[in-house]
Amino acid sequence: MIRVQREIFDTGQELARLTGDRTDIGAAVTFTGLVRDFNEGSEVTSLTLEHYPGMTEKELQKIERQALERWDLQASLIIHRYGKMELGEPIVLVITASEHRQDAFEAAQFLMDWLKTKAPFWKLEADDQGQSDWVSERASDRKAAARWTE
Amino acid sequence: MKILYFAWLRTKLGISEEEPDLPASVTTLFELIEFLKARGENYAEIFADLSVVRIAVDQEYVTEDVPLSGVREIAFFPPVTGG
Repeated sequence: MIRVQREIFDTGQELARLTGDRTDIGAAVTFTGLVRDFNEGSEVTSLTLEHYPGMTEKELQKIERQALERWDLQASLIIHRYGKMELGEPIVLVITASEHRQDAFEAAQFLMDWLKTKAPFWKLEADDQGQSDWVSERASDRKAAARWTE
Repeated sequence: MKILYFAWLRTKLGISEEEPDLPASVTTLFELIEFLKARGENYAEIFADLSVVRIAVDQEYVTEDVPLSGVREIAFFPPVTGG
């Protein structure tokens, strides 16, 4: 399941909803990405995420489908927010659930690595000087994504 | 055909989308980019280094030249930075 939304979300609530009354899930991994107060040495006071409505959903669905093909998952969820966010707020959530931990761990990492290099989102950081800058792509993110390609 | 711009390409151009009248000579994606580059300094600037521009045709990534016939939407944007 994927969701692209402006609203804040609650990781605990989403986990409970996903695993809820199921008894076939033995392991659930959650990853929550948060807005932090620094990037490349400068102070960040807020973050705005722009995205490409339509393509974003398609890409997230593709990424999720890949994970479901490659790992034995009982359930999965990707939530990605857009719009303006304050420090400490959650940006992205990935939950993977499987019978045993290995699949859930690996699939969650894969989902985040691929999402970071494929889903059409762009971060605009504002600092305390009233300056706004588009965040640059990280070579380490590209490298992390590349390790999953056969 | 709709052309969309995101992130710094959008802010540099000052528009997020447009539907330009294309001359008959523009039949492929790369021809479209050349056509757009000739439209002004801002256009020339955003397309100056195509290694930092990602392209989606009808919401699918492309890295090579493709024909434009039947295409509804083309988007130009920087490498993505979500997550």
